Amino acid sequence: MAEDAARKPIVVFRGVSKFFGEVAAASDISLEVAAGEFLSFLGPSGCGKTTALRMIAGFEQPSEGDVFLDGVRVNDIPAYRRPVNMVFQSYALFPHLNVWRNVAYGLLQRSPRPSRADIDRSVARVLDLVQLNGFETRRTWEMSGGQQQRVALARALINEPKVLLLDEPLAALDRKLRREMQIELQNLQRRVGITFILVTHDQEEALSMSDRVCIMRQGRIVQIGKPTDLYDRPASRYVADFVGKSNFFPGTVGEVAADSAQVTVASGVSLPVNRFGENMQLAKGDSVVLAVRPEQILLTRSAESLPQDSVVRVESRVLNRIFLGEHTEYLLSSEGLGEFAALAPRQSELVESPFETGEIVTAGFRAEAAQALAAD
Amino acid sequence: MRWYAAAIYVFLYLPIALIVIFSFNAGKYAMDWQGFSVEWYFKAFANPFALKALRTSLVVGLWTAVLATSLGTLAALGLERMSGWPRRASDGLIYIAIMVPGVVIGIATLIAFVTAFNLANPFLEGLFGDAAPRLAMGLPTVIGAHVLFNLAVVILIVRSRLAGLDRSLIEASEDLYATPLGTFRQVVLPMLAPAILASFLLSFTFSFEDFIIAFFVSGPDSTLPIYIFSSIRRGITPEVNAIGSVVLAVSLTLLIMAQFLLRDRTGSRGARGDQA
Repeated sequence: MAEDAARKPIVVFRGVSKFFGEVAAASDISLEVAAGEFLSFLGPSGCGKTTALRMIAGFEQPSEGDVFLDGVRVNDIPAYRRPVNMVFQSYALFPHLNVWRNVAYGLLQRSPRPSRADIDRSVARVLDLVQLNGFETRRTWEMSGGQQQRVALARALINEPKVLLLDEPLAALDRKLRREMQIELQNLQRRVGITFILVTHDQEEALSMSDRVCIMRQGRIVQIGKPTDLYDRPASRYVADFVGKSNFFPGTVGEVAADSAQVTVASGVSLPVNRFGENMQLAKGDSVVLAVRPEQILLTRSAESLPQDSVVRVESRVLNRIFLGEHTEYLLSSEGLGEFAALAPRQSELVESPFETGEIVTAGFRAEAAQALAAD
Repeated sequence: MRWYAAAIYVFLYLPIALIVIFSFNAGKYAMDWQGFSVEWYFKAFANPFALKALRTSLVVGLWTAVLATSLGTLAALGLERMSGWPRRASDGLIYIAIMVPGVVIGIATLIAFVTAFNLANPFLEGLFGDAAPRLAMGLPTVIGAHVLFNLAVVILIVRSRLAGLDRSLIEASEDLYATPLGTFRQVVLPMLAPAILASFLLSFTFSFEDFIIAFFVSGPDSTLPIYIFSSIRRGITPEVNAIGSVVLAVSLTLLIMAQFLLRDRTGSRGARGDQA
């Protein structure tokens, strides 16, 4: 989907900042969202992701910069005249209206008002879409959280908005239901073809559902890209830490070649590194952090079974073992790397029996597993 | 301890109970039980003076309720948009208005009305000559004074409901293309309706049963409480008890209705199924 970046952008932020008094909730955000894309704003609370969403909806006006919707500058256009709809975190269903009236609300505001037959047909169609047929006359507060969520979705989708905004829509649901709704939302987005912009603090949610993820920190965009790119090529330590788990080994740069550099980890191990953070210019003597994903570190009892191109091979003591179902996470300690975590898939444990606490094993990884990032 | 509590309740409610009991007395004198009868209720409702006073009280109560509720609701909506020290100042003034004793409001409004009338009447005479309307105490002055003290009650009730109103409901309505007026009509007003209705019932009740303020500012037409007070001078009859019991029944019913309306029901969105 994101491949079609040539498609015209539906939402554009150009140098947008938002100040609440002295506090900058959003600083200099520039961003283009393609029509039909599923984009997530991901970050901890207070990072400005909700403010960004609310500026698209029209609940906040930018202090600086411009917001464009489908080519139109909307800075001064009030929320009720913007062709977007929002699914609120609390759903914000009208408690004094039944499901039908909630869902039809947007259509009833149109002038001229569509005929009752047309509205009935539209309501039936979206309720069908969210699998809530037959619930028309229900009171919303009689329904379960998942059902309320669907009503909120139907209420927004019936208007066929140019962009659907979702503000942590799944936060109130329990884990299993959340997983189901994630898949459902994704399917729904493919079917209706509407641009979805989701705000979440749940990285798993953002990575699994979106075409692109926009990671934010303290009002700024720190990286934006496809989920796999963010995971495999984080631009900074912050992103590497926020998206998935990572080991961080502080080190010093040695000899620098054209596309690689020798890095010596503080604990002793030295290895060639050929992956770097964004716009990094390394010079001899620089301090860096090496990020290595736990699943990239292989553990074995026999050192010779490690791949030939493993640039790091260290004897490590197993400190702790956490069984995670399909994986086992080990916390290890070694002279060359210090303390680090490694993730072993269950399958490899069928070859070698699980390692015991206190056991000495050999840990190794390839050069590609390590990425040098700025040492904040 | 339990006896102590019981004694307090007896102390609180025995006088009221006595009025109700003796309103059913067949005898001529209030405290001389002659057997059960409802004849005094018929007598009271056939008494033209009592009926006239009742009518006056109903008119005053209804006008007070209408004016205090509409003005108070508007004021509450306006206050909601204020912030900082003007907000705190007006909040404080509202609470003070509720705590001011009735007798003070009575004297204050009496003096205010008399002063205003004394200024306005010569002016009106100069303007219209002999045909000039003469401003004097009457139903409008009672209504005015009643609106004054009920306004604060209405503002407090409506504002507390307004404060509990989920902001995101208003945003959701705007998000679904409703204009500010449309949002007010379709979301804010329906959500406030119970509080507004309760305010209406309460201000009607407070006006209907008020004696002190009406005593100061009423003109030739007496309200029901004033009528009761003046007829007591001719001795407490079971008829007075009957009228008092009716006032009690009306007030109590309206207060219970208002209380019922102010219970928070749909406010708890999470608690689903509790009414299913």
